Amino acid sequence: MERSITTIHSTPQPTNRVWLGCLVAVVLQIFLAASGYAADDYQTVTVADPYLEMRTGPGRGYPIFNVVDRGDSVDVLKQRTEWYQVRTANGKEGWVAREQMELTLKPDGSAVSFKEAGIEDFTNARWEAGLLAGDFGGANIISLYGSYSLNPNISVELWGSQILGNFSNGWMGSVNIVHEAFPEWRFSPFFTLGAGAIHTEPKSTIIQGQDRTDQIGHVGGGFRIYATRRFLLRAEYKSYVVFTSRDENEEVEEWKVGFAFFF
Amino acid sequence: MESRFRVLFLVVTILSLPGCAATKNLFGFGQEEAPPPSSEPPGQVIDPQVERRKIKEPAIDREDFEIGAYAGIMAIEDFGSDVSYGVRLAYHITEGFFVEGTVGQSEGGLTSFEILSGGARLISDSERTLTYYNLNLGYNILPGEVFIGEGRAYNTNLYLIAGLGSTRFAGDDRFTVNVGAGYRFLLTDSIALHLDFRDHLFDIDLLGEEKTAHNLEGHLGLTVFF
Repeated sequence: MERSITTIHSTPQPTNRVWLGCLVAVVLQIFLAASGYAADDYQTVTVADPYLEMRTGPGRGYPIFNVVDRGDSVDVLKQRTEWYQVRTANGKEGWVAREQMELTLKPDGSAVSFKEAGIEDFTNARWEAGLLAGDFGGANIISLYGSYSLNPNISVELWGSQILGNFSNGWMGSVNIVHEAFPEWRFSPFFTLGAGAIHTEPKSTIIQGQDRTDQIGHVGGGFRIYATRRFLLRAEYKSYVVFTSRDENEEVEEWKVGFAFFF
Repeated sequence: MESRFRVLFLVVTILSLPGCAATKNLFGFGQEEAPPPSSEPPGQVIDPQVERRKIKEPAIDREDFEIGAYAGIMAIEDFGSDVSYGVRLAYHITEGFFVEGTVGQSEGGLTSFEILSGGARLISDSERTLTYYNLNLGYNILPGEVFIGEGRAYNTNLYLIAGLGSTRFAGDDRFTVNVGAGYRFLLTDSIALHLDFRDHLFDIDLLGEEKTAHNLEGHLGLTVFF
């Protein structure tokens, strides 16, 4: 029985249930796949430093419970952030910091490269993803983006945003081209151009409007600011033109700040 | 003297090698057993027969992602408490920081007004379903290790999270800020139990004046790193 007082549109409940069910199913699949996963081939490295310290957990505070001497070998089982899980010849497993792994050798005697992300990667990394929030013509906006760099100067970005306002809600998706004139600067300015679509649903409590989907185009600029490790901060301004089916096009200004990381 | 003998021996060897080959040709075996063409310069005599160690170099498995599901209780302000459940995906950027996305659902009950007034309903039944998503930044503030008995140690993390998202409730999508804390208990290096408490804040004007509603959620989850 539908007795809607405040709104006309209401969410069909079964749809929510279905997609949530699907998500849970996917999670279970991955869980089963991961628990059944067994890898036999591990990279073996030889300790070249006087010793290798093995900790009980992947963090700087965890206690050192075992030390591997120079010349002994360990298998590298996996990596989590800046930590490597290793197994010694007698079966002890523990976590080793990246800085110590840098001082190990491959079986053929060459040095192993366990690189840390740094400011060079800020300039050269191919992939980037981030979360920004701000103001879109008076409404709140939450945006997620993924970016692929064609070269240090030019990258292509895919954006998805949700707009939550007092008078209308909506979704927006766009494809951007971003140009950075000085990608090696820590405070790197960029210029962006893009196009996409916006879907708006006026709030029915205010006025009974119609849902609309319009094309958009935008120009903008901002800064990518390298913070630390894989982190960067991002602040930007964009000016949108919404190509409506009415006589006049709408113009919307957007300000956003957020963070991103590259990998 | 010894080196002179060695040189002499080598010279003899060099001279005799083509000789042997010629003999073979003479007897008609040359076609089948011709030595493989050598790219080495003719001056090199010693062919090092050291077998190179074959080095397989498998890529190191990165486990920075964490995925899982959770279930718990959510108290929706004015609408009572009900079971909540959802899924979570996290990416660990550094030892301390991680980003996390959650999608969850709960169900609002009747407000006091609706119960006391008898039949009047503020919102329809379908609008009582609360669905949210959140994008959060988290920080492992207190990593540690706990002990069960004498022989078992488990790694744990107490973390703080804060983020933004949207909640669909009472016929509207509402801009939502959520803050909280959680406890990650690693059963193995790849499987973790989570105990989380979150506060979802959004503005709502359903009961007269607009106010910021605090919707507290506590849940227990299971995640796996991959």
